[in-house]
Amino acid sequence: MTDGRERSDPAAARKKVEKLPSAGTTIIPKTSIAGQALISVIAIMTFLASLTTGAVMLILASAADWQSEVSREMTIQIRPVAGRDIEADVRQAATIAKATAGIADVRPYSKEESTRLLEPWLGTGLGLTDLPIPRIVVIRVAPGDPPNVQGLRQALTSQISSASLDDHRGWVDRMRAMAGTAVAGGLFVLGLVLAATVLSVTFATRGAMAANQSIVGVLHFIGAKNGFIAGQSRRHFLVLGLKGGLIGGGAAVALFALAGILGTWFPATATGDQVAALFGTFSIGVAGYAAVLGQIILIAIVTAETSRRVVNHTLDTVE
Amino acid sequence: MVRFENVGLRYGLGPEVLRDLTFRIEPHSFQFLTGPSGAGKTSLLRLLFLSLKPTRGLITVFGHDIAALSNDSLATLRRRIGIVFQDFRLLDHMTTYENVALPLRILGRDEGNYRHEVAELLQWVGLGERMWALPPVLSGGEKQRAAIARAVIARPQLLLADEPTGNVDPNLAQRLLRLFIELNKSGTSILIATHDIALMDEYDARRLVLHEGRLHTYD
Repeated sequence: MTDGRERSDPAAARKKVEKLPSAGTTIIPKTSIAGQALISVIAIMTFLASLTTGAVMLILASAADWQSEVSREMTIQIRPVAGRDIEADVRQAATIAKATAGIADVRPYSKEESTRLLEPWLGTGLGLTDLPIPRIVVIRVAPGDPPNVQGLRQALTSQISSASLDDHRGWVDRMRAMAGTAVAGGLFVLGLVLAATVLSVTFATRGAMAANQSIVGVLHFIGAKNGFIAGQSRRHFLVLGLKGGLIGGGAAVALFALAGILGTWFPATATGDQVAALFGTFSIGVAGYAAVLGQIILIAIVTAETSRRVVNHTLDTVE
Repeated sequence: MVRFENVGLRYGLGPEVLRDLTFRIEPHSFQFLTGPSGAGKTSLLRLLFLSLKPTRGLITVFGHDIAALSNDSLATLRRRIGIVFQDFRLLDHMTTYENVALPLRILGRDEGNYRHEVAELLQWVGLGERMWALPPVLSGGEKQRAAIARAVIARPQLLLADEPTGNVDPNLAQRLLRLFIELNKSGTSILIATHDIALMDEYDARRLVLHEGRLHTYD
């Protein structure tokens, strides 16, 4: 077939073809999408979400430590009652506790030790010896072999009328509630971040569609299906989402790592001790890093899928 | 191949721009579509490449009633129709090679299978030296040939061309016409919309003349 145009040597033409770059140019030009702005928005969103997740994980880890520490101990309180020998009651309570299966250690507090427990509230130098101060027996629970708390309580109260057993369940329940609130708050913030990401991507995709209307028109008349056009957009936005997610998530991970390092540098300061007492170390652990990675992937997928749906919806509306 | 029966078209609540069109485009046929400005040529072309649906009448393309087809099915049919626009509609951020290869990329073909095919076609239309060039640096004639190459690369059964010689000198117009004739001889049905009487006089083919929305056929 010829139309009389100039023709080159076939061998030279073949060489030229071999040198051709692959048709790898994106069909939707990258420069036509407000890419940098969107990457910044996604990075900020991922950073906030990752900080929230890290904070929630720190609280959960600390709460789990506190819970296990608190639930490993129980306390028998013996109130002084007129006509009863409180020392004998303390000894009997210790004997009952020691005889109970699942108890690792029993330590009755002396009157002096019980009095010292009040010093933080009442101060020193007061004559407390004459006051009817309750006595305490601290019980350590054997790990992996929980005692029959109800049975122990019944045994104590049936033999010592002034004794009561506190298994610290109230504290544990409050800590569970606090940890649950922290998780709910974290999920709420994550939900807000995802909603903001969806809205940002929706506006960016609509802008890109408007800017590339002529390209979409060309794709249509050469037979591209809506799925193909939406797929082009999805691939592009997936890359943007991953870039933004990696920047934001990476910054959050770096911040946690820095806080952890600073914590080890100043362990002896009063503030450091307080923070360590509250949150332990700032290490979010493998689970924390996995959660941040999961968030990066989640935000990238949400970005890509939002774009695909917006393009599909726009094309359906146009046709 | 294409059948119109009593087709009418109006935009919104406006007057009918096409009225009672009844004609066929047969396989391996060659025809010119002409008529004064505003006669409805562009609207008829849009109906032919399935960008519009008629407000009345029946259009069947390759045996399918287009009114009953989904968007994806229409896209599949469009792959059997090549279109050359007067304003070329090349994608400025892609090279000439990439523009011409685009229909094959959309078909999901592996680039390794079509590189030589695209390069040979570009050689054939005289753009062998311009494969790397971006459309903004091509001349009007080169853009026109790139647009034609893109329209025929997927071997369409029907080629529609809207004023393909509108932006080129008479010499190049004749060469483009010869190119369309070659394509027709290789089995593609051709419909060229044009105002260019001299071009139509160059080749003895059926003429579809649109006047005030009505079609007159001169075989």
